[in-house]
Amino acid sequence: MKGALELLQRVSAHPDARCWCVAWSPSGTLLASCGGDCAIKIWGKEGDSWECKCVMADGHQRTVRTVAWSPCGKYLASASFDATTCIWKKTNDDFESLTVLEGHENEVKCVTWAPSGNLLATCSRDKSVWIWEVDEEDEYECVSVVNSHTQDVKHVVWHPTQELLASAGYDNKVCIYKEVDDDWECRATLEGHESTVWSLAFDPEGQRLASCSDDRTVKIWKKSTLGDGESDSSDESWKCVCTLSGFHGRTIYDVAWCRLTGALATACGDDGVRVFKEEDPTVDPEQPVFFMSAHLPKAHGQDVNCVSWNPKEAGLLATCSDNGEFAIWKYNSDS
Amino acid sequence: MELVFGLLSRAWQKKMEEKALEVYDVIRTIRDPEKPNTLEELDVVTEKCVEVQELGDEEYLIIIRFSPTVPHCSLATLIGLCLQVKLQRCLPFKHKLEIYITEGTHSTEEDINKQINDKERVAAAMENPSLREMVEQCVTEPDD
Repeated sequence: MKGALELLQRVSAHPDARCWCVAWSPSGTLLASCGGDCAIKIWGKEGDSWECKCVMADGHQRTVRTVAWSPCGKYLASASFDATTCIWKKTNDDFESLTVLEGHENEVKCVTWAPSGNLLATCSRDKSVWIWEVDEEDEYECVSVVNSHTQDVKHVVWHPTQELLASAGYDNKVCIYKEVDDDWECRATLEGHESTVWSLAFDPEGQRLASCSDDRTVKIWKKSTLGDGESDSSDESWKCVCTLSGFHGRTIYDVAWCRLTGALATACGDDGVRVFKEEDPTVDPEQPVFFMSAHLPKAHGQDVNCVSWNPKEAGLLATCSDNGEFAIWKYNSDS
Repeated sequence: MELVFGLLSRAWQKKMEEKALEVYDVIRTIRDPEKPNTLEELDVVTEKCVEVQELGDEEYLIIIRFSPTVPHCSLATLIGLCLQVKLQRCLPFKHKLEIYITEGTHSTEEDINKQINDKERVAAAMENPSLREMVEQCVTEPDD
């Protein structure tokens, strides 16, 4: 059951700078990229090739680290080393700066929208995670600042169906947050990685969480049912049910779990992109086994920073690299 | 067979040594942030402190172990930053880089090593104008 990754297109998106992040719009028809040139670019397909539709070059004064689309596709959030998060509103093919969220003391590393579209989370080198609420008038308000990490927070991601948030840190830990009595709190700390955790991804059902690290492993965490299996308890208990080690040559910067196929993709500092699939998921859910279905050793000429599955087209994958490029791939699970 | 292997491994060793020298040539002239001397003059870096391994296909893993002169944490990280920046800019061949403080030279060496090798931290540091200025002063060659 060997798979393969086929290159569809390579684009020099942010020349002479790192491309840190690529994100597909919810419709799957647009790709946003951002990088060390402080710009955000929106790409759309024209015929067979991806063309630049819009450039937002003045929103940030420093590196743009992450871009994230709202679930409705009308907004884009950008997190920057300039300590701000910009919210952009899409009107036709143009993006206009709606508001700038301030508050973090230094670089904002990541921004993510909750599936409801009403909540946003950001995280920073200042060790904090901020949760923001959006109202019907496009007004943003910070509702919680949580300081559970002891060092930089690298990544935040929302659960696909519940109002649950996860964060990954330079302190080698993963934190899980829930709203308890109108305040967001850390309800679980997942320890096990031996170095910085760079990114996280929930599986399509939200039962498991994948984390990737500078320790060159991917860990799969599963929420354990406590005793009588009551799920409305405030306590979260997650345990590591699988560790993928020996596959990656250097730091793993990103992991992405495909909503459509369940395939797990990784972006690695050894310039490679890998796709993992689960072996017969019914055997033992407490001890899942993953195998490497596809491996592209030289996906890019330099570190791969981000990997993102297209939400509508199964097997379509975008990656980006330190050399300023992004690439679009077609993954076939049986080749 | 033995002879062939012997010759091949000596040739390979020579290649690694040449690469290490290429790397050392780039870093030896970096100036210390505090003193009016180069890192070589202060023995912060030496030829032996550069290790080169072949990663495959004309790509090399470079490991540098440097010994800061003072046990001051911020200076050690600054030197590490200078090494990162100069090598990123000046090395002509494809490489991956790891920079460490020589074991036993510092009380918080794990912390320092982690910072120096986190490329996001390094990138953000270089966007800080005063830090950037300090690094530029250390890495810029007189005739640049």
